[in-house]
Amino acid sequence: MAEKLKIASYWAADCGGCDVAILDTHEKFLDIVQAADIVFMPIAVDIKEKDVEAFPDGYIDVCFFHGAIRNSENEHMAKLLRRKSKVMVAFGSCAMMGGIPGLANFKDREGILSRVYFESPSTDNPDKVLPQTETQVREGVLTLPAFYEEVKTLADVVDVDYFMPGCPPASHQIWNVFQAIVAGNLPPKGSIVGASTKSVCEECPRIKENKAIKRFYRVHEIIPDPERCLLEQGIPCMGPATRGGCGAACPVANQPCRGCYGPLDGVVDHGAKYISALASVIDANTPEEAAKILDQIADPAGMLYWFGLPASLLRRVRK
Amino acid sequence: MEQSFEPKIIGFLCNWCSYAGADLAGVSRLQYPPNIRIIRVMCSGRVDPSFVLKALKEGADGVLIAGCHPGDCHYESGNYKAMRRYLYLKKLLKEFGVEDERVRLEWISAAEGARFAQVVTEFTETIRRLGPSKFKEKAASAGKGA
Ligand code: SF4
Ligand code: SF4
Ligand code: FES
Repeated sequence: MAEKLKIASYWAADCGGCDVAILDTHEKFLDIVQAADIVFMPIAVDIKEKDVEAFPDGYIDVCFFHGAIRNSENEHMAKLLRRKSKVMVAFGSCAMMGGIPGLANFKDREGILSRVYFESPSTDNPDKVLPQTETQVREGVLTLPAFYEEVKTLADVVDVDYFMPGCPPASHQIWNVFQAIVAGNLPPKGSIVGASTKSVCEECPRIKENKAIKRFYRVHEIIPDPERCLLEQGIPCMGPATRGGCGAACPVANQPCRGCYGPLDGVVDHGAKYISALASVIDANTPEEAAKILDQIADPAGMLYWFGLPASLLRRVRK
Repeated sequence: MEQSFEPKIIGFLCNWCSYAGADLAGVSRLQYPPNIRIIRVMCSGRVDPSFVLKALKEGADGVLIAGCHPGDCHYESGNYKAMRRYLYLKKLLKEFGVEDERVRLEWISAAEGARFAQVVTEFTETIRRLGPSKFKEKAASAGKGA
């Protein structure tokens, strides 16, 4: 019998929902562990970093790396796992595009540290102590990872073979990808896996009537018609600019798409694409009227890069 | 150093009006600063916001988008779409700490060679006053180390 596949899943800068999505394959998870040995997965298996270091290079067949690169530890583990793995998958929106942690790029390092350690209402830090990468104590030197100036994607620090979007990736897609791996049926290096090449709109059952809009609503300001397109009801839905594969999970659940599957093929900037889509549905032919409608969007920059600021052209704020 | 700064400006001009306007400025031998590099597009509505961001990222200090006057677009509504995109784009740049004056939208007809020369002159001066774009500097160092 052929040797069992060796797989790993690692948790860098993210919420951990990607690991939960893997477990959410439910009873299929038993098929996964039937076909593969999990050689490293901190959430589920007690294997330590030093054990990974002892693996021969290329020992792991496929590593599902989830989470963005926020600090030096994330980068160190990305490089270690890259070396130890034949195939590296940027798993989930954070590893692929920066994800929710990537929103931190709307601030710089100094601003974040000062907010967290000096300004937040629950902080009591009269001596203005900040975390240090090295601290001398009686017993020796204590170390902490270095906090980077900006959040990066996995591909910013290591060579990535496949990209699997989603916050988190839909469990049925995880199963599809796993089956493709077992069958040795993976697309060319650099491909996006576990997703569609069409937009979320194409998977969305809501009715589109090509209606232009006169005002935007935030989700709590309106009870949307359950049958009609959310965008045409004035709720900014990123479906037209976002890669499908999730089955339009959010619009089906009465929420607008926030863009977690990232841009479609050939699109250089997800947010810029969505600006185009929005500009097409706004019913205003004078700058004054258009500006008034656009002002109703609560967080115009954040909305465009909810899941992908570090992978965008703008990438982070400039001082 | 400030003295020697020569702004790099990318101009996306629609084929039917503004490009013809620029052409007229040329054949009429009107003087305008040589800082603009012109890219002809079929319509101002063809200018995807990513073109503008990419130009800024790859070294432009300013981007001009020019199209037909309202009501004159050869594809009916491309220039209205351009206007709405442009307003959003300016909001976006501001939130990222990039001066929104680095992007400018103008309506220039085929008959307005003089206006084209004047817009380019003014815009070049605006960008000269703003100095080199921070966006391209920082973008160049993005992705490296801490
Ligand atoms: S814009 Fe959103 S709600 Fe409308 S069809 Fe597309 S995905 Fe569905
Ligand atoms: S609808 Fe949009 S935000 Fe929701 S899961 Fe799908 S891609 Fe992600
Ligand atoms: S053709 Fe000139 S703006 Fe559309």
